[in-house]
Amino acid sequence: MKRIDRSSKVRTGFHQAKWDEPIIYELSTPGERGILVGQPEKAVAEEVEGEAAIPAGMARNTKLNLPEMSQAAVLRHYSRLAQQTLGADVNIEIGQGTCTVKYSPKVNDQLANLVREYHPLQDESTVQGMLQIFHETDKYMCEISGMDRFSFQPSGGSQGIMTMASLIRAYFKDKGEDRDEIITTIYSHPSDAAAPHVAGFKIIFLQPDPKTGVPDLEQLKAVAGPKTAGYIVANPEDTGVYNSHVKEFVDYIHSIGGLCAYDQANANGLLGVTRARDAGFDMCFFNLHKTFSTPHGCGGPACGATGVQKDLVKYLPAPLVGFDGQKYFFDYETPSNACAVGKVREWYGVAQVVLKAYCWIRSLGPNGLYQVAKTAVLNNNYLFKKLMELPEVSAYYEDGHNQRVEQARYSLENLEKETGIGTLDIQRRMMDFGMHYWTSHHPFYLPEPMTLEPTETPSKKDIDEYIETLKYVFKEAHEDPETIKTAPHRSVTHQVDESEMDDPAKWVLSWKTYLKKCE
Amino acid sequence: MRGFESHPYIPNSVPDVQAEMLKEIGMSSLEELHKNVPELLKLKEEMNLPEAFGSEYELRRHVERLLSKDTDCKKNLNFLGAGCWQHYVPAICDEINGKGEFLTAYGGEPYNDEGRFQALFEYESMVAELVDMDVVNVPTMDWAQAAATTARMAQRITGRSTLLVPEYMDAEKKKVIENYAECCLKMVSVKCDCMGHLDLEDLKSKINEDTIGVYFENPGYLGVIEPNGQKISDMVHEAGGLSLVGVDPISLGVLATPPSYGADIVCGDLQPLGIHMYYGGGQSGFMATRDEEKFVMEFPSRLFGLAPTSKPGEYGFGDVAYDRTSFGHHREHGKEYVGTQSALWGITAGVYLATMGPQGMAEVGKKIMANAQYAVKKLNEVPGVKANAFGSAFFKEFVVDFNGTGKTVADINKALLEKGIFGGKDLSAEFANLGQSALYCVTEIHTKEDIDTLAAALKEVLQ
Repeated sequence: MKRIDRSSKVRTGFHQAKWDEPIIYELSTPGERGILVGQPEKAVAEEVEGEAAIPAGMARNTKLNLPEMSQAAVLRHYSRLAQQTLGADVNIEIGQGTCTVKYSPKVNDQLANLVREYHPLQDESTVQGMLQIFHETDKYMCEISGMDRFSFQPSGGSQGIMTMASLIRAYFKDKGEDRDEIITTIYSHPSDAAAPHVAGFKIIFLQPDPKTGVPDLEQLKAVAGPKTAGYIVANPEDTGVYNSHVKEFVDYIHSIGGLCAYDQANANGLLGVTRARDAGFDMCFFNLHKTFSTPHGCGGPACGATGVQKDLVKYLPAPLVGFDGQKYFFDYETPSNACAVGKVREWYGVAQVVLKAYCWIRSLGPNGLYQVAKTAVLNNNYLFKKLMELPEVSAYYEDGHNQRVEQARYSLENLEKETGIGTLDIQRRMMDFGMHYWTSHHPFYLPEPMTLEPTETPSKKDIDEYIETLKYVFKEAHEDPETIKTAPHRSVTHQVDESEMDDPAKWVLSWKTYLKKCE
Repeated sequence: MRGFESHPYIPNSVPDVQAEMLKEIGMSSLEELHKNVPELLKLKEEMNLPEAFGSEYELRRHVERLLSKDTDCKKNLNFLGAGCWQHYVPAICDEINGKGEFLTAYGGEPYNDEGRFQALFEYESMVAELVDMDVVNVPTMDWAQAAATTARMAQRITGRSTLLVPEYMDAEKKKVIENYAECCLKMVSVKCDCMGHLDLEDLKSKINEDTIGVYFENPGYLGVIEPNGQKISDMVHEAGGLSLVGVDPISLGVLATPPSYGADIVCGDLQPLGIHMYYGGGQSGFMATRDEEKFVMEFPSRLFGLAPTSKPGEYGFGDVAYDRTSFGHHREHGKEYVGTQSALWGITAGVYLATMGPQGMAEVGKKIMANAQYAVKKLNEVPGVKANAFGSAFFKEFVVDFNGTGKTVADINKALLEKGIFGGKDLSAEFANLGQSALYCVTEIHTKEDIDTLAAALKEVLQ
């Protein structure tokens, strides 16, 4: 036969799985069962009252309206929904900028299953292996960041930020100082403002210098003062731009008595290259589900491991895991400090996520982690160079010296001006090729933003495919804008009509309210 | 030479590819990257970490060997609960949450991540039925966080600043709420009576015009079914506060739903619904309210809603009232904060509820109650032991009073451990007034033989 032409690098024939799947309630047939639970054993039932012991008025008196389905039907339904989800296992993850979606090794998932049946209150002597993993991961995190002790209780990045804000609050409470302001930047994650606000702080934003993309020191000096409790910042910020003067910022905050907290959600490009403590930060957190590869799980379970320098260890939520040379143990020393952060999560943290991060670190070693950072930055700069050659793409704060770290925020304002096709249109169209694409956190501070982060996972071929796909879509924007305006066409659903999502009379938040509200 | 050539997780660590890419960006070595990181801040030495394992097999051997020192609730007979409970996890739950598409998805749009949105919408719908509310959030971290957010939602709705909580409350959960809500509310404990119920007289004396609401749990932390839910709700409503109820969702096949006794906001932990314990890593918090703007607009979480699409007959999904959240345009002026929490467990709880169906949920509730009652009966045959010390109706947990045995819970648990039994949680530090007491948990996984084994072991230990 004649050779089949596969020369195109763009998956024009892609179509995502689409099962036109009903809502689960529509699959219900009265009487069907998904599992047998069994009755109480006869000898047990004979000796007890059972549910008859429920006090008057406390037994369920409303019908429990759950689907009634055979086990195969449940499995099929969720398998189809899984296929209708573009997880990293099936996708070239370049398009979820700031999310660090990288390969999550399967061996780590399997090993984490070994702790499925551990109860958090088991005797310490029965969990020495797991405690060793907590303890050693703590030490690795310290080495990677330069900090002195980590807590794994924070169970996501935002809870990590909340924990850092709580530590800052605890520190000043202990010192008897009334400081209630946190300084951050507009390109740090929204939670760098939102979480400290929950902890009771006023938020002050620094604006980027129009040329460098990061605030200048004078701006910091103008807003920082005796009310400043802390400086909470990402570096690089969402734009991928690294603030070279970060240490001067930290030193200044210290000079006026404040603390500095590093949001290391963007640490993937910095492993083994530079450390939070070396820039003077007092604390930081890492997303183990991002930088350290434990999978994102549709948005958790996760861990925002939070570390501090030695003077602040006494404020960490207890317990920490100690080692006395012979055995590992829970260290409840910190709560003896009345000002310490009591708890941010029950027990110790999401153990299986810590275990997976431990495995990942052990699979890479110091040279592997360094290679991760260097390759993530190489991939990003390669992508950046290639995309900036396209007339449709531009980037703010680009003076030829602002080398991006592991991600970059671009702008499609040229494309939008010329064709009327904006970043949200491109986002929808990219789905027709099986690609994620992300714009920006809100509000959009830059026009028509596009934020990409290749991590170390994709190959050069993968990155080239992403670039070729973007080029294909840009060409389409000039030649066939209608196809883009009406996209997606080959994703799971067509354009969602969001017009009623903000209307309390019309929004639909559960199947029962759908049946009630929609005729 | 720093770096790691051809690492399997890093395709572009292949030297030729790396060189080609570097050339493309006008560089000759990896050192030229990170130009904007000042030399002063650059780490000059290799990090002091163990060298990488030489193979995946070595990693596996190492971790398996480390964990082989441990033992768990499957290899032993476990009676620990206290917020993390051993229930049967249907195989289908692990099968679904282990699917790579779900396991590795994150923040995609409702087009290419439609399945994630639909699965979470369905979870919201099924938990709404279970608790008899209308609206449920995409799950937060755990019950403690859900309770903390419930408190702050109620604080914003009422504009008041005192939250009443029961004396018998999980101390760690209380600490989480204290930290989370430090700047806007204070907690005041309400006494519990000798039955373990909320003391209504004490409650009455503490309710005033500053009361945000009463947060209580059903079953309570010490296992007791609170029979006065309606009275409590009425009392707090009369004073203009809210009734806030924490529940164990696996109890709701047999126990009354909180709204049936006046709850305004319900919260709890999804872990009993098809999620392994994972040493405390299986927790997942939810909140639920009626479909009323004043409640819905106070959720900090993402709420996935159903919507039409441009194609007739097609379901679409999206975020309801997105600007409410800190992801919206108002950042710190949104409601609290949102971020990565525990969505995979929400999907799993949905799979569990669909698999169990109404009949399964009723049966599991009955089986748990029968087993737990049988355990109380058997333990009460052990001299000196008083099981279900409060003498109240309970669901799956109950206090065992060992004060009459002359031994400490710590000693008893140590002796039980030698027999392969994890005794209940020692309460002596948390509630000194209960003396040497422990919180035992019995569920559908326990057989008559398991319970008889426990009773026999206790007899031996206490001789």
